[in-house]
Amino acid sequence: MYLKKLTLCLTALFLAPLSFSAWDDINMTPGVNAIAQEIFGLHMTIFWICVVIGTLVLGFMIFLIIKYRKKEGVEPADFDDNPKLELTWTILFALILVGMAIPATSTMIKAYDDEEGDINILITGHQWKWQYEYMEDEVSFFSNLKTSLDARNNIAPKTETYLLEVDEPLVIPVNKRVRFLITANDVIHSWWVPDFAVKQDAIPGFINTAWTFVDEPGVYRGQCTELCGVYHGYMPIVVKAVSDSDYKDFIQGKRDLKAQQALLTEKLWETDELFAIGEEVYLKNCVACHQVNGAGIPPVFPALAGSEIVMNDKGRQVEILMEGVQGAAMQSYAEQLTEVEIAAVITYTRKAWGNDAGGDGEIVVPKEILDYKNNKL
Amino acid sequence: MSAVIEGHHDDHHHHGPAKGISRWLFTTNHKDIGSLYLWFSFIMLFIGGAMAMVIRAELFEPGSQIVSPEFYNQMVTNHGLIMVFGVIMPAFVGFANWLVPMQIGAPDMALPRLNNLSFWILPAAFGVLIATFFMEGGAPNFGWTFYAPLSTEYAPPTVTYFIFAVHIMGASSIMGSINVITTILNMRAPGMTLMKMPLFVWTWLITAYLLIAVMPVLAGAVTMMLMDIHFGTSFFKAGGGGDPVLFQHVFWFFGHPEVYIMILPAFGIVSHIIETFSRKPIFGYESMVYAIASIALLSFVVWAHHMFTVGMPIAGELFFMYSTMLIAIPTGVKVFNWLSTMFKGSLTFETPMLFAIAFVALFTIGGLSGIMLAIAPADFQYHDTYFVVAHFHYVLVPGALFSIIAGVYYWLPKWTGYMYDESMGKTHFWLSFVSVNLTFFPMHFVGLAGMPRRIPDYAMQFADYNMIVSVGAFLFGLSQLLFLYVVLKAIFYGKKATGQVWEGAKGLEWTLDSPPAYHTFETPPNLESGEAKA
Repeated sequence: MYLKKLTLCLTALFLAPLSFSAWDDINMTPGVNAIAQEIFGLHMTIFWICVVIGTLVLGFMIFLIIKYRKKEGVEPADFDDNPKLELTWTILFALILVGMAIPATSTMIKAYDDEEGDINILITGHQWKWQYEYMEDEVSFFSNLKTSLDARNNIAPKTETYLLEVDEPLVIPVNKRVRFLITANDVIHSWWVPDFAVKQDAIPGFINTAWTFVDEPGVYRGQCTELCGVYHGYMPIVVKAVSDSDYKDFIQGKRDLKAQQALLTEKLWETDELFAIGEEVYLKNCVACHQVNGAGIPPVFPALAGSEIVMNDKGRQVEILMEGVQGAAMQSYAEQLTEVEIAAVITYTRKAWGNDAGGDGEIVVPKEILDYKNNKL
Repeated sequence: MSAVIEGHHDDHHHHGPAKGISRWLFTTNHKDIGSLYLWFSFIMLFIGGAMAMVIRAELFEPGSQIVSPEFYNQMVTNHGLIMVFGVIMPAFVGFANWLVPMQIGAPDMALPRLNNLSFWILPAAFGVLIATFFMEGGAPNFGWTFYAPLSTEYAPPTVTYFIFAVHIMGASSIMGSINVITTILNMRAPGMTLMKMPLFVWTWLITAYLLIAVMPVLAGAVTMMLMDIHFGTSFFKAGGGGDPVLFQHVFWFFGHPEVYIMILPAFGIVSHIIETFSRKPIFGYESMVYAIASIALLSFVVWAHHMFTVGMPIAGELFFMYSTMLIAIPTGVKVFNWLSTMFKGSLTFETPMLFAIAFVALFTIGGLSGIMLAIAPADFQYHDTYFVVAHFHYVLVPGALFSIIAGVYYWLPKWTGYMYDESMGKTHFWLSFVSVNLTFFPMHFVGLAGMPRRIPDYAMQFADYNMIVSVGAFLFGLSQLLFLYVVLKAIFYGKKATGQVWEGAKGLEWTLDSPPAYHTFETPPNLESGEAKA
């Protein structure tokens, strides 16, 4: 099977430059807005200059190899410099570089524009997910990889958007200047959407800016491009550009959801109910480090199964989830998860893997999480 | 002149090598230490290469294949560290040890005991590094560039061993450089002025200065990491008022000159080989020297081109873009000089020449993609993608590594006294040449199409090219086993080599026997009397 696939690939490799559509697959995306297109144009200009220079140099080299191979009775020349010629090509190189620098400078100035946007979005990189905060609308959510573990482990089939799909895409309106304020919570990440030609490092303690202006509604995908730990390859970016009215609906929907979730903390919860929600939350947010069986990857990611805190110290466990652990990979989930989700996932860990038998088996209800938050205020 | 040298052999027969293991442990002989460096580098090549094979096996198809993402990151990190600090650099130091004294007509290196020390701490450093694989928390997993805070607050506990290993490697390099500089400046044969030195000696003189300038900077960076991890400082901790970007500035202030440390000696080696097999003196010797010197000076003012996306002010972006583009001028001069050396020559294509020509051709490709990367706005799209991986592998594999292989074929008969098998050498060349391009050329395309580097799994549209890359990589890896075989075969079953070895070879080392006596040039050759530029 490999052999067949490989033959196909090799054929594709050699035929690729001949067919126009294949050429698109292996080149930089032209992008969907003016600045991306300009960068694409610059890339192609420099690329062709380099191709021409490369072809001339390699062509001349092949000529030398053929023409001057050793022959009987032909003596090699013995010159060893030619100052005029050397000066000429040095100046020639300088001129070519100036020719490249002029368009590059002009594009650079256009790309570097940090005026405020119509909409300002704070993007925070976390290990290993993105948080989007709409500054004007007080809406905030996290965006996680949606691809299932089964697909990654070759058990389930892989879709076209394998590793490039998230549970909650960033939604932006078309025809508006959207400014991104980019930072990080733990290590350095980098937020890249090739179609916008935006790649900006997300650095803890810094806020970098980038902006975009999209004319066409559509879905644009990218990935984290700075090594940020184990799951660096699994934190994609999906941006949905929608019409202005759809955008307003989206923001309203997010606000309504927030109100509903607040109400849920008042509800009376059954243990089984919380356990079921908790399992879902655990599989989505916790397995990367603590593993499906709760065994963790010691010493960096401690085990939850059989952990003294998880079995017998409810108060400390709530505190860890709400505050994170200083100097360790464990981050605060107070913002990322709802009260219900936090209560549920704690309940789940206290009941799963035999922890309820070994420990006090107490559960946590959403109200307790809400109280924790309120007491802090 | 060679008659004079032979006359001295008999006087010094009692200075032969010691017997057994103590010969290698306590040796102060530049030839022995050169061999130690070269064998060390050869062994590390296979260890680092095996890691590359794991990486390519994991990336053969989309989906999780053979290793976990955690182990994958350890492979990526240690592959880089080993290839840079354990293969390319020690190999060049090995060449320097063997060749600098023989090319300048000196009896040995200036500081032979220091020489022994700078070699023997190197296996210790890599022993520490590789031992981390068997420790709790696993080996370093933060990339060979070890950006803080991933390498400090978020690093596995073994990072302390990594820091220790880097310190030892740095100490080894600094001692080696002091030795090279002292030897070159003080021990040249009478009549060999600086502008008559062989180009390999020139490249190493400049490389040694670069090493002395930047190795302490690297040591500073890892020491700051150590303080952040263990002593509560906040150099790179944003939470404590520190600056994660500072790390990158410090690292790349070391890192960019380091790139040239890995390529300048290659320029020297290739210049000698092209000259020999063109049977014509090197074209533009002086402009070669000036080009190397300007590349070295420029290397101190281009570092932030590795950081175009960290959010520098536009003045910084433009400055580093322009300064980086300038490097193309001296580099272009060198390429044109090599071509002009071949022009109207009388070319033959023995294995060293094949590798040297491939070096010039493929290094040019790496240089051109370097110009593309220098264009800051376009770099927003290239940065941290496989396009960058393709670029630096083109300058380091068919660049630095090919020059090392070429140099080994070129000087092996001199070092060992035996010829390698020419047809097997050529087979090795063609296998390497085809597979190296099969491996690294498609990486340009997956990079442009948007595949980030250092990821253990990738989206479906990158699948076809990754499979080609992996096949190329496996083939390239296997081809290097053939290299080992050719070298061993030459040593054990090779035909006796003459002193001259190559028809067109010029320089003092070729006036010696093959292999040279254990101690050579105890009386310096007199260049003033006849031989001009060595």
